[in-house]
Amino acid sequence: MSQGASGLRAWLLQRATALYLAGYAVYLLLFFILTPPRDYGAWIAWIDNPLHAVGLMLFLGALLLHVWVGFRDVLLDYVPLFPLRLALLALLGFGLAACGFWALRIIMAPLLI
Amino acid sequence: MTTNNARPLFLNLYQIRLQVSGLLSITHRATGMLLALTLPALILLLEQSLSGVDGFNASRALLQSPLGKAGLFFALWALFHHLMAGIRYLLIDMGVGVERPAFRVSALLVLLAAPIIANHVVGNYL
Repeated sequence: MSQGASGLRAWLLQRATALYLAGYAVYLLLFFILTPPRDYGAWIAWIDNPLHAVGLMLFLGALLLHVWVGFRDVLLDYVPLFPLRLALLALLGFGLAACGFWALRIIMAPLLI
Repeated sequence: MTTNNARPLFLNLYQIRLQVSGLLSITHRATGMLLALTLPALILLLEQSLSGVDGFNASRALLQSPLGKAGLFFALWALFHHLMAGIRYLLIDMGVGVERPAFRVSALLVLLAAPIIANHVVGNYL
């Protein structure tokens, strides 16, 4: 039961995060194509806006969840050896968590000054 | 729960002949993993670009160098491929384009359009 529920939750999570990721990726691409920050001042001013910073943090969170579900599916499908699969899943989890905290620190820094 | 272990298993990648929709499916996974692996590089670039005037200029110079442009082209190719294939799967989930020929034509369209759009973006907006 819980196995089935967790599978359905992962399936739904993958699609829900995909929607935000797709929308935000297109927005970010259009931003860099149409109004690219010309210098450091413009760039830091963009990320200094709480709206932009929070949008980027949501993107980061959605991205990490999306990568977790997607990469986990690949590992479950292609790594039949249980100890190796467990090790790779742990590596993936820690790697994604590290990326998340690292990026969060960078995005937060201009807001804290 | 009983599992039938006598089921045939055929995993010879050199003999499996994929249809275009199957090719899109496997490359959707491959590009997803590839994009995930570029994440540390992107965070590093973000960190450098926000570190100060020198860092910002260094990041811009890197993206405009031949190596940076090549890297950006492949990253954008993977991104557009994954994005458009993903949108196609969402539409198929909703019952749009499930039948042939739309199922195959849309897969082919995604495969061909991704590198073209990536090349256009890198060529015109950098």
